[in-house]
Amino acid sequence: MIIRKLLCALLLGLPGLALADLEITITGGQVQPVSIGIVPFAAEGTPDSATDIARVVEADLARSGLFDPFPRQDMIEQPSTEAQVRYENWRALGVEQLVVGSLRQAQGRWVVDFRLLDVPRAQQLLAYEVPVSSAGLRYAGHQISDLIYQKLTGHRGVFNTRIAYVTASGPVDKRVFQLMIADADGYDPRQLVRSTEPLMSPTWSPDGRQMAFVAFENGQSAIFLQTVATGVVRKLTDKPGINGAPAFSPDGRKLAVTLSYEGNPEIYLLDIASGALSRLTRDPAIDTEPAFSPDGRHIVFTSDRAGRAQLYRMSATGGTEPERLSFEGRSNARASYSPDGKTLALVHQDERGFRIATMDVKTRQLQVLSDGPLDESPSFAPNGVAIIYAAKGARGAELATVTTDTGIRQRLSQAGDVREPAWSPFHN
Amino acid sequence: MNTKILRGLVTAGVLALVSACSSTPDEPAADDSSMTQESDSGLSGSAVDSRELARAREMEARAQQDAALRRQLTIYFDFDSSQIRDEYTAMLDAHARYLRDNPNIRVRLEGHTDERGTREYNIALGERRAESVRRALLLRGATRGQLSVVSYGEERPAVLGSGEEAWSRNRRVGLVYQ
Repeated sequence: MIIRKLLCALLLGLPGLALADLEITITGGQVQPVSIGIVPFAAEGTPDSATDIARVVEADLARSGLFDPFPRQDMIEQPSTEAQVRYENWRALGVEQLVVGSLRQAQGRWVVDFRLLDVPRAQQLLAYEVPVSSAGLRYAGHQISDLIYQKLTGHRGVFNTRIAYVTASGPVDKRVFQLMIADADGYDPRQLVRSTEPLMSPTWSPDGRQMAFVAFENGQSAIFLQTVATGVVRKLTDKPGINGAPAFSPDGRKLAVTLSYEGNPEIYLLDIASGALSRLTRDPAIDTEPAFSPDGRHIVFTSDRAGRAQLYRMSATGGTEPERLSFEGRSNARASYSPDGKTLALVHQDERGFRIATMDVKTRQLQVLSDGPLDESPSFAPNGVAIIYAAKGARGAELATVTTDTGIRQRLSQAGDVREPAWSPFHN
Repeated sequence: MNTKILRGLVTAGVLALVSACSSTPDEPAADDSSMTQESDSGLSGSAVDSRELARAREMEARAQQDAALRRQLTIYFDFDSSQIRDEYTAMLDAHARYLRDNPNIRVRLEGHTDERGTREYNIALGERRAESVRRALLLRGATRGQLSVVSYGEERPAVLGSGEEAWSRNRRVGLVYQ
């Protein structure tokens, strides 16, 4: 199944700055997608006439790779309530699931009423009223997609989440770097930070309200903390040497970071409120790329103490000797935990280059998920179903996602380099 | 003594002086008391003078050579290595001499890698390269206060694109005089 979806170009109201939407391509997968009919929602005058809510749901479900939306133009009826549905018509078309709904005003507010119907059984599976928030109909659409996805797959949907990423554009001696946030479907890209020096390693706080990242200024690196809603930026460390690889503790109070001011790249814990530092690693090799386990007990990191970059795990309080986790291939690096803590996403290097892989934390079994040869920066979706990563594409670096169980892939690209994706936590 | 010799031979051209000095090394320079203390003193005074000239020329040539070497501001590295290749010895000598002779001059060492490998790991690798250049300059007489180190990892490539041609030009340490 290949679905091409070119999202309309958007211009954000920043002076002289065109922010292109990410173009999405879906490929692969070993599953037969479910045929789902999403009927246009009935509405009498809408708060946002530009948004076709059924189209938003259609695009979301198609993007998951698990659903094949029935073409709207081939629908022989367009019901908006269950009573209007003639199941035999949809059965004849091979449609397995049907979504109908309407948009109405109730006590001065807009509400979307929708139903998910099982066509073969002629049965209602879901009935919800979704209020339209100030964020608008798109987000109500994503919420509906989340509810349908959860009902039919058992996993929480990630359609209302966001991704952060870094873009680099312009000629090699005049690069411009931007830290961006977009909706998970690539829609509405917003610039958080812009710099003529590199921006790196964006990472979300566990509550999704803040972002830590690395920036350079006059030949000095520093770790910054930005409040996403207000844009306010605070510098956390700018020690001599490396200030890099920030990773939040699950409680959001600390960052594991890499600093080299004591002579060598080592991993430290930085207390965000007080700025207090405590050193976790002591080794003359490179120690970097820390990531907390979701229970906060462990930190995985990359070290070349055995010659090449490999993954190690230590207690989050330091102290004990780190345990080596990876042995396969030439090198393994930049691991991060799945939300349930059972799996690591990592960059695996062998004779086929650098590819995204998962490792079962208990069995240490490695499973390669991408083709390479220059894939990097894997980040789990908050439901653990997919991993977003950066790859080399025809137009430069681009983003890609792969589902960990079914191998469904998406590519998200735009002109110029797009890299270092970080999938946000669930929006609460 | 130079003045006396020059005065004595003022009618002869400078070229004649030089040739005379070198062609007749045993001719005494009677009026130069300082030179008479050594047996072949008089004209060896002229010989010292020519040696000075040659040395000045040599120093000038060396200064020019140093300046040319100091215009080389980039050291390239092998894949996954922070070892400085022998071909950079003369260049590092020249930079170190200049830093030693000019204690107020500062230089920033910027470490870089190619695009292979993970980004934060490459930051560490780039620092390792810049550190090896820093140690080489310290060993040759530069002082700690003159040298600072930053690593950009793979973030600031010299050339865009993939393949060994681009990669070999991106694995580098740049010397940036402040």
